[in-house]
Amino acid sequence: MAETISMPKLGFDMREGVLVRWVKNEGENINKGDVLAEIETDKATVEVESSASGVVRKLLASQGDVVPVGAAIAIVGSADEKIDVPAGAAQPAAAKAESKPAPQTPPTTPPITQAAVSSQSSIVNPQSSMIKASPLAKKIARDANVDLSRVQGSGPGGRVVRKDVEAALSGGQPSAIAAQRAPVMGPPSTVIVSHEDELITPTKLRQAIARRMTESKTSVPHFYVTHEYKMEALLDIRKQVNAYLPDDQKISVNDFIVKAVALTLREYPNLNSALQGNQVLRHGSVNVGVAVAVEGGLLTIVSKDTDQKPLRQIAIELKAMAARARSGKVHPDDIEGSTFSVSNLGMFDVENFAAIINPPEAGILAIGAAREVPVAVNGELKVGWRMKATISVDHRVSDGAEGAQFMQALAKYLEEPLRLLV
Amino acid sequence: MAKITMREAISQALMEEMDLDPSVFILGEEVGVWGGTYAVTKGFYDKYGAARVKDTPIAENAIIGAAIGAALTGKRPVAELMTINFAFSAMDYIVNQAPKLHYMFGGQFTVPMVIRAVGGGGRQLGATHSQTPDAIFAHFPGLKVISPGTPEDAKGLLKSAIRSNDPILFIEHATMYQIRGDVPDGEYTIPIGKSKVQREGKDLTIVTYCKGLELSMKAAEDLSKEGIEAEVVDLRTLRPLDMEPVLESFKKTNRAVIVEEGWKSYGVGAEVSSRIYEEAFDYVDAPILRVAQKEVPLPYNRTLEQAALPQVPDIIAAVKEVLK
Repeated sequence: MAETISMPKLGFDMREGVLVRWVKNEGENINKGDVLAEIETDKATVEVESSASGVVRKLLASQGDVVPVGAAIAIVGSADEKIDVPAGAAQPAAAKAESKPAPQTPPTTPPITQAAVSSQSSIVNPQSSMIKASPLAKKIARDANVDLSRVQGSGPGGRVVRKDVEAALSGGQPSAIAAQRAPVMGPPSTVIVSHEDELITPTKLRQAIARRMTESKTSVPHFYVTHEYKMEALLDIRKQVNAYLPDDQKISVNDFIVKAVALTLREYPNLNSALQGNQVLRHGSVNVGVAVAVEGGLLTIVSKDTDQKPLRQIAIELKAMAARARSGKVHPDDIEGSTFSVSNLGMFDVENFAAIINPPEAGILAIGAAREVPVAVNGELKVGWRMKATISVDHRVSDGAEGAQFMQALAKYLEEPLRLLV
Repeated sequence: MAKITMREAISQALMEEMDLDPSVFILGEEVGVWGGTYAVTKGFYDKYGAARVKDTPIAENAIIGAAIGAALTGKRPVAELMTINFAFSAMDYIVNQAPKLHYMFGGQFTVPMVIRAVGGGGRQLGATHSQTPDAIFAHFPGLKVISPGTPEDAKGLLKSAIRSNDPILFIEHATMYQIRGDVPDGEYTIPIGKSKVQREGKDLTIVTYCKGLELSMKAAEDLSKEGIEAEVVDLRTLRPLDMEPVLESFKKTNRAVIVEEGWKSYGVGAEVSSRIYEEAFDYVDAPILRVAQKEVPLPYNRTLEQAALPQVPDIIAAVKEVLK
């Protein structure tokens, strides 16, 4: 009996995926559990397994097609049975793999061209003849460094004319003003090399991040609480523990922090929650998400039941998930289900920063670098290790006092790290 | 300043030059006894006599040929063509002989002659008597072509033309002899080959000459009531063509309409707009439009003739199109 494989729903808000590559072709044998195709979602490129064994009888989508979740993408059956192509088969979307020339758009929305599947940058010359503009308008735009593709044209057929460019320059269309070239300083004999502007198409991942972060920043009332932690004890314990561990299992400062956060969240269930309409859903599990930088954006890998797992297990799991994320082979499970997130920029010597909450979570903790700094101890000037962290909290769910108390409670685990080992 | 008609201005120029220089003489059909079909030389026969005001047979090639011969041998003839449409009968003399002799004889001879011709339509004279073939004559190096639009310009330019040592075609308009304009008192000339801004404006440039000037000035007045200020540049001389005031105006306004009575195809507008695109490309904010006669032989019927000729509403419509 032939089985239809459909585009799987790989994420909570996934609406469509891109069929990046067929791993098996028509006519090939396939076993249940074998990888059939690679799908690109908003979050990552994921391998999709076949739910049936047999022969791949029909592939219903082409490489590069954008397919809605639930649409049929392949049929697996026995070699000689009669198969029907289902009515809801994925239709190859027209012109999706090409980049369209930038149209005239309202000034507040920068035009985003359709992303090429391989997420290569498409380079479009903004001064190209595809844009209808009078010679005079083009000259003014060239001289003033205005991106013509972002200027609304008021002439016949949408032609950009002088007054449109002048309006853009005087502030009517602020997004059209490219960064002004800095005046050339230096001796008169300086030779200026002119560089071409480059128009990049963001990856699907970057677009998804853009969408979610905009949603978060514009709908979640954020407040921020910063706390500085004494890190001597934690750094010392870590050194001692890692002396007993093989290289590929060493525990990072971040692993300690993740466990500490998980235990503190148990004490503050209100911050381990999600706003659902009028109600606040307090999650039963504590699943800490960890931000990992990947090519073209970032992914949040998720440690499940972090409060209950030993530090070593957390470390091993996070290391494996991070490796998968960076190589583009992340599992759907790796990136789903976090109840609170942690983001660490300490490796870049960042003193402190504030992160944007990943909706629908109630908070996110931003970690800075642990640094050797002068400190006051009992009226004396000494040298110590301090690390700043800032929590961003959804003010609809919590308030400053709770946020501050959370940060104070977190100090318990970070500054008395033996608690993390039992 | 005196306000006189175009006819009077041309007549005055002829008389003043004939008084100044005895080698100047007039020849053409009905110029003498009759006083000219448009009454320009009325009274000349009585004043100067048959030696200097010669009635000719109806033979344009002979008129022009004789004029060339007279010019080559030391006279300053002013030949008249009753209508420019008859110039085609003397085409070889006008474009092949007069403009080329000075060059082909290595400068040994000059041809100091003026051909006065009456062009244009609007008097129901029929298709073969109503043309505006100015562009054809302006095409030939060696022939200067002048076509004024005001009495002041007509008088000053005709005097310059008669004094010039070059063969010159001086084109008048059949319906403009009675228009009035201020003309300076006393002796004055206007240089050949200089365009003039007849009306200042900031919104767009209208380039025109002869009958087109009369229509454009009226259109500019009407447009002004709607808040559109057109700058009108009068070419006055078609060859040599003075683009400087045109370009200066265009660089200010960035939009232009060219008005001519001839047909659009291969016409004066084609030449002027081409030069604007060549020399002021970066200043072009809209395509340059041409207002011209409809591409048909001009009808005899009054209504149809008026419909085929360029009119003030056509100019206004073109201006608004260009300003979009």
